[in-house]
Amino acid sequence: MAGWTQHEGRALALPMESIDTDQLIPARFMSVPRRDGYGPYLLHDMRFDEDGQARPDMPLNRHPEANILIARRNFGSGSSREAAVYALVDYGIRAVIAPSFGDIFAANAVNNGLLPARVPADVVEEMIEALGGETADARVDLEAGTVSVGGSAAAFELDPVWRMKLINGWDDIDMTAQHAKEITAFRDARRAAHPWAWPRG
Amino acid sequence: MSARTLLDKLWDGHEILRRDDGASLLWVDRHLVHEGSHHAFAKIGERGLPVAQPELTFAVADHYAPTRDRDHLEGDIARMIRTLEDNAARHGLRLFGLRDPRQGIVHVLGPEQGLTLPGLLVNCGDSHTSTHGALGALAFGIGATEVAHVLATQTIWQRRPKRMRLTVTGTLGEGVSAKDVALNWIAKLGADGARGHAIEYAGPVVRGLSMEGRMTLCNLSIEGGARLGLVAPDEVTFEYVKGRPFAPEGAALERAMEDWAALVSDADATFDREEVIDGDEIAPTVTWGTSPEEALPIGASVPDPANLPEGRAARAREALDYMGLTPGRTLEGTPVDQVFIGSCTNGRIEDLRLAAAVLKGRKARVPGLVSPGSALVKKQAEAEGLDRIFTEAGLDWVEAGCSMCVGMNGDLVAPGKRCASSTNRNFKGRQGRGARTHLMSPAMVAAAAVTGALSDVRPLLKGRV
Ligand code: SF4
Repeated sequence: MAGWTQHEGRALALPMESIDTDQLIPARFMSVPRRDGYGPYLLHDMRFDEDGQARPDMPLNRHPEANILIARRNFGSGSSREAAVYALVDYGIRAVIAPSFGDIFAANAVNNGLLPARVPADVVEEMIEALGGETADARVDLEAGTVSVGGSAAAFELDPVWRMKLINGWDDIDMTAQHAKEITAFRDARRAAHPWAWPRG
Repeated sequence: MSARTLLDKLWDGHEILRRDDGASLLWVDRHLVHEGSHHAFAKIGERGLPVAQPELTFAVADHYAPTRDRDHLEGDIARMIRTLEDNAARHGLRLFGLRDPRQGIVHVLGPEQGLTLPGLLVNCGDSHTSTHGALGALAFGIGATEVAHVLATQTIWQRRPKRMRLTVTGTLGEGVSAKDVALNWIAKLGADGARGHAIEYAGPVVRGLSMEGRMTLCNLSIEGGARLGLVAPDEVTFEYVKGRPFAPEGAALERAMEDWAALVSDADATFDREEVIDGDEIAPTVTWGTSPEEALPIGASVPDPANLPEGRAARAREALDYMGLTPGRTLEGTPVDQVFIGSCTNGRIEDLRLAAAVLKGRKARVPGLVSPGSALVKKQAEAEGLDRIFTEAGLDWVEAGCSMCVGMNGDLVAPGKRCASSTNRNFKGRQGRGARTHLMSPAMVAAAAVTGALSDVRPLLKGRV
């Protein structure tokens, strides 16, 4: 995964609370292999009606060019399904700005280069109001820890570990491989001290 | 050493190293995978990596498991189950497949088989892995990239969550269960109320719960935004664990018991946050909206957005619109179209017993599905004659799996239909596109079945438990 520090794009508000993982990607699409792409399924049932017609009042249908989303609290709550992040990333979204995120979703996001930027609720409300249903130029700066939407800037909160991961595009498996010796030593010591921790049978 | 909480003891016991930035590399004792883990297997496959510790990795067919006619698998379901079997065979993992007499939902099967034990770190690519914390295990759900990492290294990078203690005082009234406790605290603190925290459940109500009840409580931790739930192990836990197939015995068990005895928060340990709820105040509870925090006692009325502050009002209007509910009307008496009893939240034997206590000798007014949490739960229920109570009431008694909790196996609620459900998520579309889900305890689901409407189970239980 490639790292990044700055992103310039178009921000769009989805002024809703608790956009959960079942809405981000309904379960029926989750057997698709990743290489086929998850973009078409992003917020599928919110974007399309029962007959597959695009709903005209859905903000993302009016502004499919958006690549930064702004939403209310508890974004990505629910399931651990990483497919929710695949849908966002494959659609082209690079950052989501919200007052709070589901913990597992946020970890999954960072593992796929998507920024979950935590911004206080009142600032999010101001952004939503300023956008008024339209998109605006926006800029995310990971180093500085700021987002600016339509000219007004705000600081976002992000775990420093995650910040470094996004910037460097670190791959955890490679990073962990450097600690192979410590892992083996830990395992052997654990097994000797707590033999019960290995399954019988 | 300074006083530590249970979380700290478990964390310290698994920490291989800690980086300067605060991330811990933790040893994983048990890794559970299911059909949905296909992305993670594909990831290690692309890199040509083996599974680091196959003997600590267990594969379970549950999410796509058909609950009827398992001899004719088709389409996506057949493909997903076969992919899991292939991955298990390729990497030499123990598989609890569709035909295994121990098959079941991963969070029911793990404790039932003795794979989950006090003091272990348990990971699974599923958010309800928090369930296993009921045994005093450090158990949390992870995403596919992390699953691939655990497969490849048997370790996981995590930052220690904040410590929260949730004490439930008093006693629970008749017909009030762990599910009601959970829906209550989530309604009070919010669906993101415990974000970033590990919750240790404490107090007399928690101590008084069976293992099943504790698992229900820990299972729902994630619905309040917590990373994981914990209950300090005690006699109830030890009795539950002993004699299970993968649990230690003999000298190993004695050694384990010594270790497990230390798994409590020190008396003078401090928590980052303390919350207390009064068990005496909790009534049977149902959700009315599309987030688990939108829950109320059965005697309450559907909220009226007109009386709510702007912001909350918009959200409530949207939820009520989706749910097809009239503001201000009583929840009790709302007709339901069908019922579902099952899932990793409430598909254990005790749950089925409670539902059966309500249904015995009565007829369901609406159709419904009862899917036990595992094949062993099913067998036990049949030995107790519970299956006949369900079928004589007119409900379908089917095989074990996630079933209508998520509908991946085709057990769906039709658009616009209202389902009283013992599951954990009332998200839009969770049980099927346009499905209207009301979460509640299995006893409350049984009450809804008998009356055909959302109902207070307490009068129906009089003289029965
Ligand atoms: S029963 Fe439902 S919540 Fe539990 S593991 Fe299965 S799909 Fe997830």
